[in-house]
Amino acid sequence: MIGIEHYIVVSAILFVLGVLGIFLNRKNIIVILMAIELILLSVNIQLVAFSAFLGDLVGQVFAMFVLTVAAGEAAVGLAILVIYFRGRGTIAVDDVDRLKG
Amino acid sequence: MIQTLAFYLFAALVIASAVMVIMARNPVHSVLWLILAFFNAAGLMVLVGAEFIAALLVIVYVGAVAVLFLFVVMMLDIDFASLRAGFVKNFPLGIAIALVLAAELIFGIGAYQAGRIELGVASGAAAPILDASNTASIGAVLYRDYLFLFEAAGLILLVAMVGAIVLTHRQRPDGARGQQNITKQVRRNPNEATVMKQPTVGEGVEL
Repeated sequence: MIGIEHYIVVSAILFVLGVLGIFLNRKNIIVILMAIELILLSVNIQLVAFSAFLGDLVGQVFAMFVLTVAAGEAAVGLAILVIYFRGRGTIAVDDVDRLKG
Repeated sequence: MIQTLAFYLFAALVIASAVMVIMARNPVHSVLWLILAFFNAAGLMVLVGAEFIAALLVIVYVGAVAVLFLFVVMMLDIDFASLRAGFVKNFPLGIAIALVLAAELIFGIGAYQAGRIELGVASGAAAPILDASNTASIGAVLYRDYLFLFEAAGLILLVAMVGAIVLTHRQRPDGARGQQNITKQVRRNPNEATVMKQPTVGEGVEL
């Protein structure tokens, strides 16, 4: 029988994989953004699972808001990435500290 | 039985594709694995009866976010080999941090199973409506209790859209084709923009 623990475990593994992805691909900002999407996905699974097993719909409403923010974050992040690439011809995260000012 | 099988199928595939997202050499492959992960996560959500969020996940993530990623990856001409240079060097640190995080999460799950903290009972106001679909129930909660948050979410999307356009908009040199001249546009008046003609039959108009 599948219980809420199963869902928590899947979501926890996804979260850890997302954090690991940020560390492994420290130079490639596109993969970092994808890892952030994975983390948000794991949070969404968690919210939906708790909402379904506790019989409270607010979790699913909240998952929708997380989805909204994730979409906005991806759009703005990729826009910053595009103008950064236009200016410097690379997307290596190491040099991003020149972005200040 | 079939639910258990389906759960393990979706769970295994979502984890395997998440591993491939962070391990794939080519970011295009990463995006494609990410799409697979989203589909399987949607499957997991359908299994607990959250079909609206599952549909939203497929529409928003696969249809918009993943395609956006794909566009950017393919549009930018990036030397991905050099970006993987630190992969081996960062591996031990990354694994160590991932293990610490995993241990903490497992500890949290154990604590939850031992008996969750007593929080009282949900008021019941947000309980799913019996005999109504998941979508109808969410709609009832969303538009009754969370209307302003819903509009705030719309505002966030608007700001994100404006921000992305402002960031990526390229200023063209003056007089280039497609350049908008706002003062010229505003100064236009009907007298110089339109003209009245009385064409005679069979002759047409000379402009």
